[in-house]
Amino acid sequence: MFDWRWDFTFEILPRLIVATGNTLLAAGLGYAIAVVLGLVLALAQRTPFRPLTMAVREAVEFVRSTPLVLQIFFVFYVGPQFGIRLSPWTAGMIAIGLHYAAYLSEVYRGGLECVPKGQWEAAKSLNLSMPRTYFRVILPQALPPSLAGMGNYLVGIFKDTPMLSVIGVAELMHTANAIGSETYRFLEPFTLVGIIFLCISLPTAAAVRFFEAWVRRKLGLS
Amino acid sequence: MSYFEFLSQYSDRIVSGTFITMALTVLAALLAVAIAVAAGLIRMAPNFAVRGVAMVYIEIFRGTSLLVQLYWIFFVLPLFGITLEKFTAGFVAVGMNLGAYGAELVRGAILSVPKGQWEAALALNMSPAKRMRRVILPQAVLIMLPSWGNLLIELLKGTALVALISVADLMFQVKQINGTTFMSAEAFGTALIIYYVLARFMITPFMRWLERFMMRKMGRA
Amino acid sequence: MDTRDVSGFPLTLEGDPTPMVSFRKVTKSYGSLVVLDSLDLDVAEGEMVTVIGPSGSGKTTVLRMLMTLETINGGVIYVDGEPLTHMPEGGRLVRANNRHMRQMRSKIGMCFQHFNLFPHMTALENCMEGPVHVLGLSKQDARERAEELLAMVGMAEKRDQHPSRLSGGQQQRVAIARALAMRPKVMLFDEVTSALDPEVIGEVTTVIRKLVSEHNLTMLMVTHQMGFAKDISDRVCFFYGGRIEEQGTPDELFGNPQKERTQQFLSAVKEAG
Repeated sequence: MFDWRWDFTFEILPRLIVATGNTLLAAGLGYAIAVVLGLVLALAQRTPFRPLTMAVREAVEFVRSTPLVLQIFFVFYVGPQFGIRLSPWTAGMIAIGLHYAAYLSEVYRGGLECVPKGQWEAAKSLNLSMPRTYFRVILPQALPPSLAGMGNYLVGIFKDTPMLSVIGVAELMHTANAIGSETYRFLEPFTLVGIIFLCISLPTAAAVRFFEAWVRRKLGLS
Repeated sequence: MSYFEFLSQYSDRIVSGTFITMALTVLAALLAVAIAVAAGLIRMAPNFAVRGVAMVYIEIFRGTSLLVQLYWIFFVLPLFGITLEKFTAGFVAVGMNLGAYGAELVRGAILSVPKGQWEAALALNMSPAKRMRRVILPQAVLIMLPSWGNLLIELLKGTALVALISVADLMFQVKQINGTTFMSAEAFGTALIIYYVLARFMITPFMRWLERFMMRKMGRA
Repeated sequence: MDTRDVSGFPLTLEGDPTPMVSFRKVTKSYGSLVVLDSLDLDVAEGEMVTVIGPSGSGKTTVLRMLMTLETINGGVIYVDGEPLTHMPEGGRLVRANNRHMRQMRSKIGMCFQHFNLFPHMTALENCMEGPVHVLGLSKQDARERAEELLAMVGMAEKRDQHPSRLSGGQQQRVAIARALAMRPKVMLFDEVTSALDPEVIGEVTTVIRKLVSEHNLTMLMVTHQMGFAKDISDRVCFFYGGRIEEQGTPDELFGNPQKERTQQFLSAVKEAG
C-alpha cells in the first residue's frame, strides 16, 4: 500500500527543483505587478472624480469575488479570439498580477485610512504639492500598517501559482503533473510538491512577521 | 453566433454547472465550519501534544496550495486505500483547506472575548466545557461572523478548482464549451458574472442577514 | 507552581468559631514583583471586611485569589474551615485539583468592577445560568429564585432586557443578583462602584447595605468609597505594599489612624474627593 520509492524520488527531484525556480519567478513577477498596480487602484479610488472611483471600486470587487483560475483562462483564451496572442507566461502574469492587485489595493486603502487627517492638514499648511504630500508624508505612514497584509498576500500569491499550470506554465504543479502522466506515479511528485511548498511558505510567513515587527520597531511604533 | 444564441444553446449546461458549484459550496462550507470549530478548539488545548495535532493540520493546509491538496486527495490518497469519488474529493479538499483558515478565525475570536467573561463564568463555578459552550462561543460567533463572509467567498472561488479533476461544476462546463466553440469571451465571461453574482448577491447578503439575526438573538440589535 | 513547603499548615481549621475565610502566610508574586507578602487575614462568619489602599497595594489580588482567578505562590487559604488552594491527601496538604477547587468555589460568589454580565443573555437568563447549569436546579426553581433576587435588587421589570440595554448601575445590580443566585457563603465585591457614573453609585450601595442588614453573608469588599466603607464595614483593612499596614473598626481606622502611611492615604483621599 505504502510504497514510497527513494530512487524515483531522487530521479525526479532535480526536475522539481528547476520547476521551483519557475514557481518563485512567477510569484515574484506577479507580486511586482500587483504591488504597483494595486497602488494605482488604491489611489484611483481617492480621486475626486466620482465615476472613476466607483468604476474602480466595482472592478476591484469583481476581481476579488471571482475565481483566479477562471480569470487565468479568460485572459489566456479571450485574446486570440480578437487576434491578440499571449504566451502562457504573459497571460498568467497579467491574470495573477491583476487578481492580487485587487487584494493589495484593499490593503493600501486600509493603510491610507490609518493616516490621521491632521497629517493632510499639516502638509497643506506647508503648501506641499499633491505628489510630494503623497510620497513624502502620506505613503511612508500608510506603509507600516499595510505591511502585514502585503506579507500575507506575498505568501498567498506563491501558493496560487499552481493554478498557472492550467494554461501550461511549467511551474511546480505542471511539472509534477507531467511526471505523473509519464510514469503513472503520483505519490512522490505530488507529495514532494506539498513539501516544497511548506518549506518555502512557512519560513516566508515567519520572515514576514519578523520583518513587520522589525519595521515597527525601527519606526518606533512598538 | 450571437451571445443570445450562445446562451440559448448552452444555458442548460451552464445552469447545471452552477447548481453543482452551489452544492459544492454548501457542502464544503459545512465541512469547513465543522473543521474550523474542532481544529480551533483543539488548537487551544492545554496539552501540548493535543494542541500540536491541530497546529500541524492548520500549518499544512495553510502552507500549501488548495490545488496541491486537491490533487493529493484525489490522486495519492487512493494509494493508501482511501478512494473518494471526485465530487466528494472536491468538496472535502475545499472544506479541509478553508477549515484550516477558519480555525484561525475561531481561535482569534475566542481569544478576543473579554477576559472578564471567562472570570465571571469561573466565578459561577461553571465547568470548562460549559464556560466555552454557554458563555464564550456564543460571543465568539458574533465576533467572527464578518470574517466568515470573506472566507466563504474564498471558498466559493476555491470550488472552481475541482473542475481540474473533472467535477462538472460551472468552471468545468464553460471550459468544455470553450473547447468546442472557441467562444472564450462568452463562455468564461458568463461564468465570471455568475460567480460574481453568487458571491455578491447570495453569499454576502446571506452573511449580512445571519449577522443581523445573531445580533438580534443576542440582544445587541 | 507552589514551590513553598506547606507541611506546617493544618489540614482543616478546627476551633470555635472557625473563621469563614482564613489567609495563612499567603504570598503572591509576578516574577520578581511581590504583590502580596505573607498575608495573614481571618474573616469571621457574617463579618463585612473592607479592603482599602492605594492602587498596586495588592487589594484586588486578595479577592481574585479567593475566587481562584489567581494562583498563589505560598501559604494556604482556608474557606469554611477547609483548604481552598490545597487539599488533604494521605495526611498532608497537596495542591488542589480541579474537582476540589470546583467544590470549594461553590461557597464563593463575586461581583466585578466591570460587571461581566453575559451579553448574549437577558438579566433573568444571567441569573438562571449558574443555578441551572452548575447547581442542576430545574428551570422552574431557578426562575423563581432569579426573579426573587432580581426583585430584591430592584430589577424585576428589566428582567427580560439584555445587558446592552441596561445602565451601569442596573447591570451591577443584576450581577449582584446573579452571584447571590448561587447561594454562596462568602461574597466578594471588587470595586463594584468604580466603573459607575456618580449618580448611579447609590443604587448599588443601597443593595449592598440591604445585604449587610438583612442577610448573614460573609463579605469582602474592595472599594474607593471611603464613606460607604465607613458606614457598613465591621472591619477595615488598609493595604500598603502587599501587606496589611493597619486594620481596625471603621471608627478606629478612619477616626484615629495610628500609622503614618494610613494618615497620608486618608488625607490624600479626603483632599481628592
